[in-house]
Amino acid sequence: MRIAGKGLIDRARPVTFRFDGRSYDGFEGDTVASALLANDQKLMGRSFKYHRPRGVLTAGSEEPNALITVGRGAQADPNLRATVQEIYDGLEVRSQNAWPSLDFDVMAVNDLAAPFLGAGFYYKTFMWPAKFWEAVYEPIIRRAAGLGALSGKHDPDRYERAYAFCDLLVIGAGPTGLMAALTAARAGADVILADEDARMGGRLNAETGVIGDQPGHAWAMGIVAELSAMPNVRLMTRTTVTGAYDGGMYGALERVNHHAARREGVPLETFWRIHARRSILAAGALERPVAFQNNDRPGVMTAGAVRAYLNRWGVSPGKHVTVFGNNDDAHRTARDLAAAGVHVAALIDSRADVLVEGAEFPFYTGAQVCNAAGRKELEAITIRTASGEQAIQTDCLAMSGGWNPTVHLTCHMNGRPRWDAAIQAFVPVPDAVPGMIAAGACNGVFSTHACLKAGVDAAGEALSALGKKAGSVDVPRAEDGAYAMEPLWAVAGKGRAWLDFQNDVSVKDVKQAAVENFRSVEHMKRYTTQGMATDQGKNSNVAALAVLADATGRGIPETGTTTFRPPYVPVAIAAMGAGAQGKGFAPQRFTTSHRASVAMGAPMIEAGLWYRPSYFPKAGETNWRQSCDREVGYVRKAVGVCDVSTLGKIDIQGPDAAKLLDFVYTNMFSTLPVGRVRYGLMLREDGHVMDDGTTARLGETHYVMTTTTAAAGQVMRHLDFVSQCLHPEWQVAFTSVTEQWAQFAVAGPKSRELLNGLLGAEIDGESWPFMACGPVEVSGVQGRLFRISFSGEHAYEVAVPARFGASLFDLLVKRAEALGGGAYGMEALNVLRIEKGFITHSEIHGRTTAFDIGMGRMVSAKKDCIGKTMAARPGLVEEAREQLVGLKPVGAVRQISAGAHLFDAGAEAVRENDQGYVTSVGFSPDLGHMVGLGFVRRGMAREGEVIRMVDHLRGLEADVEICHPVFLDREGERVRG
Amino acid sequence: MVELTAKTPCDGLLPLSIGEAQLTEVAAGVLTSLTPLGDAAALGAALEKAHGLGWPAPLRARGKEGARCIWFGRDTALLMGPAPDPALGRHAAVVDQSDAWAVVQLKGPGAVAVLARLVPVDLRDGTFKRGHTSRTQLYHMSASITKTGADSFMILVFRSMAATLVHDMKTAMEAVAARG
Repeated sequence: MRIAGKGLIDRARPVTFRFDGRSYDGFEGDTVASALLANDQKLMGRSFKYHRPRGVLTAGSEEPNALITVGRGAQADPNLRATVQEIYDGLEVRSQNAWPSLDFDVMAVNDLAAPFLGAGFYYKTFMWPAKFWEAVYEPIIRRAAGLGALSGKHDPDRYERAYAFCDLLVIGAGPTGLMAALTAARAGADVILADEDARMGGRLNAETGVIGDQPGHAWAMGIVAELSAMPNVRLMTRTTVTGAYDGGMYGALERVNHHAARREGVPLETFWRIHARRSILAAGALERPVAFQNNDRPGVMTAGAVRAYLNRWGVSPGKHVTVFGNNDDAHRTARDLAAAGVHVAALIDSRADVLVEGAEFPFYTGAQVCNAAGRKELEAITIRTASGEQAIQTDCLAMSGGWNPTVHLTCHMNGRPRWDAAIQAFVPVPDAVPGMIAAGACNGVFSTHACLKAGVDAAGEALSALGKKAGSVDVPRAEDGAYAMEPLWAVAGKGRAWLDFQNDVSVKDVKQAAVENFRSVEHMKRYTTQGMATDQGKNSNVAALAVLADATGRGIPETGTTTFRPPYVPVAIAAMGAGAQGKGFAPQRFTTSHRASVAMGAPMIEAGLWYRPSYFPKAGETNWRQSCDREVGYVRKAVGVCDVSTLGKIDIQGPDAAKLLDFVYTNMFSTLPVGRVRYGLMLREDGHVMDDGTTARLGETHYVMTTTTAAAGQVMRHLDFVSQCLHPEWQVAFTSVTEQWAQFAVAGPKSRELLNGLLGAEIDGESWPFMACGPVEVSGVQGRLFRISFSGEHAYEVAVPARFGASLFDLLVKRAEALGGGAYGMEALNVLRIEKGFITHSEIHGRTTAFDIGMGRMVSAKKDCIGKTMAARPGLVEEAREQLVGLKPVGAVRQISAGAHLFDAGAEAVRENDQGYVTSVGFSPDLGHMVGLGFVRRGMAREGEVIRMVDHLRGLEADVEICHPVFLDREGERVRG
Repeated sequence: MVELTAKTPCDGLLPLSIGEAQLTEVAAGVLTSLTPLGDAAALGAALEKAHGLGWPAPLRARGKEGARCIWFGRDTALLMGPAPDPALGRHAAVVDQSDAWAVVQLKGPGAVAVLARLVPVDLRDGTFKRGHTSRTQLYHMSASITKTGADSFMILVFRSMAATLVHDMKTAMEAVAARG
């Protein structure tokens, strides 16, 4: 119910939203949780395993119960916390893990079966038959237990990733964080202050305390106003620092637009990577529940949460509230409620020797709450005093088992917190994360005044590490009481007393783990699932291990604690991978002829990051093969034009350039005359083929190397490695010029005729013999011409600066068409090279040697080269290896398929009988049948043999004949023509 | 004879103006990659003599609009603007890169915020000043980024990636502008 005159909400701005289809009213500044409580809607979710009705437990991101799904369809966002989700007009919220409805959940039958479903039940129950686990048991269990579900649809929302840098990152904007940020900002440091709340101030917004002469929240607003006016301060609200990583990097999730209707272009969330030279952790503390029977009834919540709902949102979660605690904070809750006019039915303090002065409500000392009644809503509690048990009618119980410093981030780099007996909690050890200082409540300092001072001190320490001087900052007056508490983890009694609300783990489960000898805290965690998943034990870790310590007869420090892992709050993969969908997945590389190719209707295929035309369809062609056959014909009979700019081109210069080439290639390049090109083969250090290509000698100390499209980066890296690590004394420089030149293959018997119309000076067989190269003038532009061929035809590659690429492509195609040819794509290029037995990375796929591809003789005996020694290892040169062969169909089935395996005729098509495999296939229009390349054991000696090809994947079988890998013009007459 | 026509890498893609940032293509003149061969000091002297630009220290750029020399990686500088003096060839591998890079300028009060979406480098005014440069990532792409003015950056990526550059920049510019 809403309390008049209380809260920091804007009552002038009413907001309407829907929860499970019903309309609710609230105010701007409300969360879903505060607005539902204001409407007396206490039931907000069903528990993970037993589907028990649950209400809100907390008022922050640590909420384990009130998990909700926001939005519909593809935009549905599951597992958000009702305590964090702000309301706005049109917001649509659904509860989770309940069917058919939150009010009536069929799966609540699990709760009745609870005696059989305790910790470890499925390890024991579903032991056999073993294969049933994945197929049957696990799907059923996963269906029954669970949280919100993803839509299964493509996420249409925009997410974002971003980087930020600062001198000092202050994590948390409570009293400690505000003072730290202020101190550092006034000293001139670049400060980022991040807080997960929409409103900075931390607990000050939830309490009634005074700082200086103002209410705490008003003081906080004043500090925020000062900070926001400073150019060296960046305030990041709704931003949770989720992880601490190496080198001063922090992950942070900003909820940019969860608090409003979708706005065009605005990301829903931004995942920040913040680099900070120093950081101050001022994350505060989390209140612990107390375990007692049925302590999960809707209406039972932490005392601090009750104060937050009352003071921040003007909501009393109950009409007759009871308060139960082991510390003085519980008293404050009762006083705040009473002062606001809420009926306090009782204050129960587990400590015997405390005084409650001037109380306007019944109070019990040395008493404990031992049970709660009411299923979907708390109706009464049972308390146990020295004189026996009694029931008290109440619809809300505020409980406090003390406070746990929020040490989570200090554990992200393997730091383990230290047990502090005085506050019965773990506190961070210094330098658990390099450069991070924990201060205030997260460091075990609980009074407001001490926190303010801790903020100033931490900033001073950080500033001196940054080489800056802190000015004097006055610490204002504030509450400075001692934190008095006596440990109380679990109230003795029957029934289930819940520790981990999100994972449905009770005191019994932890004790059972100990009984079954899962006594290590790590084993207990896995056995019971306590502290797992998105909750990461925020509410339960300390209490659970206290129970374990008790059950195993050890102290808490010896029992130790499990670690807290990032992220501190759940982070959507969509945020971490933001932008990487669709076009954002990888850069697209377009050649200068791309637009023309697309305009010609060519389907584009990806080759690495490049896009290349598959074929150029003509009117009337219904099948890609028709286009491909036609384009092959261009090259064999007239002239074809193909963009080959994607091949890697590396400019190599220097007095030692030739030495480098001799070292990285198997064959000689120092002997190559200027103005000539040579084919080269490059090995990896392990002796296998890395890449092949042609290298042209443009000058005495100037070469240009080409690589395959796919291996351009790898070869460049290899050259870097060789020159930096193996021969740093060589004077040689290399520069990638792949992007500088647009390069086109002009191939076919009429290629010279085509070119002669364009070149500044006509060429002939004498001036440009096969493998000649040099500078030329192409339509008035300085270019390069190489007489090389990947088709076996008389062919050239002509290169011009890339700005002229589009223009030259148009011109070449036009002229080729006039000569009865035209553009050809990758399909035709592939057929042309297979017909000639030329290899690509289908053949030099990383497991083949020079010997395997029939180029053993290209490994020069006159010099050393990378990979030579290793290539000579026994096993890499033996005759029984699979060798490159040609394949042609001979049986009734005329198909050959790439990837098929080869077997001896009559042999069974099983792995043990494998004789080799097919690497490349194509249809040769000249030969009128398919041609293939592949590897066959002792292949070169088996020419003429008919073997069996089986493609297990496509279900294809055919007889093929092993033949020479060069199908056309084996003498190479055409290429020299 | 048919004349070949030239196209710039970002032909048809730019300019873009979204929010407080403008993205335009830069006509940078001649781009030349220089890698010292032998005497690096002599190369610096030749550069100084011919173009009035010294050899840039790592992460630094010399010169101003019209004639710059930008650190471009290990033992590499990019001379931008003037055609390289032939004397440089005595001390360095001189390689024409005029057509290899898409060169754009991002300018405006929103420029740093836009780049913060794409570039993992500290580009705050106080740390990345005029004349500072970096070889880094721009989202998935390798890029060269140089601060050229109070709120302007010169960005180079491979020519073939110009469309992706514009796509990625546009996405970031829209997100920054939409936040207001």
